[in-house]
Amino acid sequence: MPRVVRRERLVPNIHVLEVEAPEIARKCQPGQFVIVMPDARGERIPLTIGDWDRERGTVTAVFMAVGTTTRKLSLLKAGDIIPIFAGPLGLPSEIGAVGTVLLAGGCFGISAIHPLARAYKAAGNRVIVLVDIKADYLLYWRDKLAPHADEFVISSRDGLYGATDYVPRHVRDILGREKIDRVVAIGCTYLMSSIAEATRPAGVRTVVSLNPIMVDGTGMCGACRVTVDGRTKFACVDGPDFDAHLVDWAELYARRKSYFDDEVRSLCAWEEETYP
Amino acid sequence: MSGQDKISPSLAAEVLAEFEKDWRRELRKAVPVKERMKIGRQPMPQRAPGDRNKDFSEVNLGLAAAEAVAEARRCLDCAKPGCIAGCPVRIDIPTFVKLVEKGDFAAAAAKIREANSLPAVCGRVCPQETQCEEVCHLRKATGVAVAIGNLERFVSDYERTSGGAAVPAIPPPTGRKVAVVGAGPSGLTVAGELARAGHRVTIFEALHDAGGVLVYGIPEFRLPKAILVAEVAYLERLGVELRMNFIVGKTATVDDLRADGYDAFFIGSGAGLPNFMKIPGENLVGVYSANEYLTRVNLMRAYDFPRYDTPVFPGRRAAVIGGGNVAMDSVRTAKRLGAEQALIIYRRSRAEMPARVEEVHHAEEEGIEFHFLTVPTRYIGDEHGRVKAMECLRMELGEPDASGRRRPVPVAGSEFMTEVDLVVCAIGQSPNPLIPQTTPGLSIGKWGTIDVDWTTMATSLPGVYAGGDIVRGGATVILAMGDARTAAAAMDRRLREGAPK
Repeated sequence: MPRVVRRERLVPNIHVLEVEAPEIARKCQPGQFVIVMPDARGERIPLTIGDWDRERGTVTAVFMAVGTTTRKLSLLKAGDIIPIFAGPLGLPSEIGAVGTVLLAGGCFGISAIHPLARAYKAAGNRVIVLVDIKADYLLYWRDKLAPHADEFVISSRDGLYGATDYVPRHVRDILGREKIDRVVAIGCTYLMSSIAEATRPAGVRTVVSLNPIMVDGTGMCGACRVTVDGRTKFACVDGPDFDAHLVDWAELYARRKSYFDDEVRSLCAWEEETYP
Repeated sequence: MSGQDKISPSLAAEVLAEFEKDWRRELRKAVPVKERMKIGRQPMPQRAPGDRNKDFSEVNLGLAAAEAVAEARRCLDCAKPGCIAGCPVRIDIPTFVKLVEKGDFAAAAAKIREANSLPAVCGRVCPQETQCEEVCHLRKATGVAVAIGNLERFVSDYERTSGGAAVPAIPPPTGRKVAVVGAGPSGLTVAGELARAGHRVTIFEALHDAGGVLVYGIPEFRLPKAILVAEVAYLERLGVELRMNFIVGKTATVDDLRADGYDAFFIGSGAGLPNFMKIPGENLVGVYSANEYLTRVNLMRAYDFPRYDTPVFPGRRAAVIGGGNVAMDSVRTAKRLGAEQALIIYRRSRAEMPARVEEVHHAEEEGIEFHFLTVPTRYIGDEHGRVKAMECLRMELGEPDASGRRRPVPVAGSEFMTEVDLVVCAIGQSPNPLIPQTTPGLSIGKWGTIDVDWTTMATSLPGVYAGGDIVRGGATVILAMGDARTAAAAMDRRLREGAPK
């Protein structure tokens, strides 16, 4: 069974989880995810793979502690067993020599663009990394991302790193300054949809890694369906990468919020049980 | 389709030898046929509809021993029985039924196990009325078949509650390794058959519990999980190894496993990808595929939320689209989760419904409303993107189609709107794409199913066999198990002949 090698808080509310999973470590590619369930009564959730070590046989993912499942994950210690850590799932990202690539990440997405930065750089592209943080103390993995980035841009809302603005403004600035051949955005739905709108007028190819609710993650249940170019797609087997300009964002927002009340109820019940 | 319309000469010889045993002759003589025909079918004891539609405990309670013996006495022990050929796994039904009449329930259980690795499951979920019971000669004579399914259930429950099945003597290990993809009905069957033949079997399962559709699809009130757990434990006692959370095609491909030393493969990866009608509003919040709805409730135990973390919408007025067993399971689940009204919306009429008769009957008793000759045309959402209503169209039956059933034809101008806050689409599924996508050289049919030679279930790749929904597209538990028996026999022959890897 998968054993936790490391679980640390990177910055407030954001944790890194490294798990011994040699088969997944051998196979995984940029853009893929794992399905994780923290205990026998838990929920299955997808986590995007942020790094791996094929020799040590470990897989690393970063997550934000928001609901019951991620709270449970945030309490894991080295040596603990995770009952379910399955993958690698989803189609790998398509990586090519395209020219200049802008990789934008926010929240857990800062880790999710790490394998992409490494792969795009190795494929000979000019790589611009743009990370979106609410405040300077929420920045993590700069040391892991910087070696693969020709330029490292921080969009922070407290101004210590430069302009106090939201990430779409940075995207527009970069697009106005130089020719960008591809944009990849990974993070919350808001980050991805706002970047999609920022790049839409210029028609720059923009790829997003969608994050709908999943249950099995292997193409069986259909929970993760998204509308792309007017057609229903299953993010777990047809994605998770899609053309940002063809995604029905309003539908994705609604479906992401399907269980909002239940999520609060679940967390309250878990807290009452865990901290009586 | 399966190439097994008649029983094999070797099985026929075994059946005849059993038929001619002295105890059978005496039993036949003990009660005249006329007397046997006068005995009424023993009703299955069940919980009252008004109680059972509020929880997930099992509906049927099972026959008592005296009732089972009385039911077995109805069997005429025909010289040329129809029932064996009616069973996709070819259980010697008359012999096990007569062993019940004789009171030797353990021997009856062992008899069934010779042909069926999952008797407690099949006794509960098989559509007996269109298989063994349909061709029962007593049914032809009196209109009411021997309750073979109820007897199978009785015998296997007896076995489980009296110490469990004895592990048969297993021949010395052959040294051959078999990989089974998927722990559903076909995979479990192949694993049991090949382990009993002395091969080393590993089942790779993508989910965290074994059973496939038996665990994520069929609800607790029809097939308690404890029954399945016992059947899987029996396979483990036979030496079968289970690797859970291992997605063949992703965690490792068939080629990777071959490189790891597996000599033969059985692919029973089942039906993934739920089908939708491609009508407006199907992605509104509150519209589920039956796979998702049932997986949340069964595998993830959403009925016990928030003790379990996975939620599901309870629904106040729930509509389930479809007329098969999955639709019945879904609608009865919605009722149990508290829906005031739970509706079946089916485009044909009652006569064409593919669901088991007993499921339809149970659903009606539990207060499910049936709306026949009706089809949804679009779903309407509220300002939060949640389904609040659906538009339907009335149908009428026209000429028979390719399936022999009369084709439903829309009645022009018959659209009407009805309020719903939960919709479950149970209109079938397409084969799971992961193995076809990742196994070069595997011949795939136009519907995404794996092509096989139906006499052996061999695929286009040497040493690779397949069965169940991944080759049929969407069938039943017992047909999947029949495929598995055919495949296991061919795989055993191949492994013994030492065919090149």
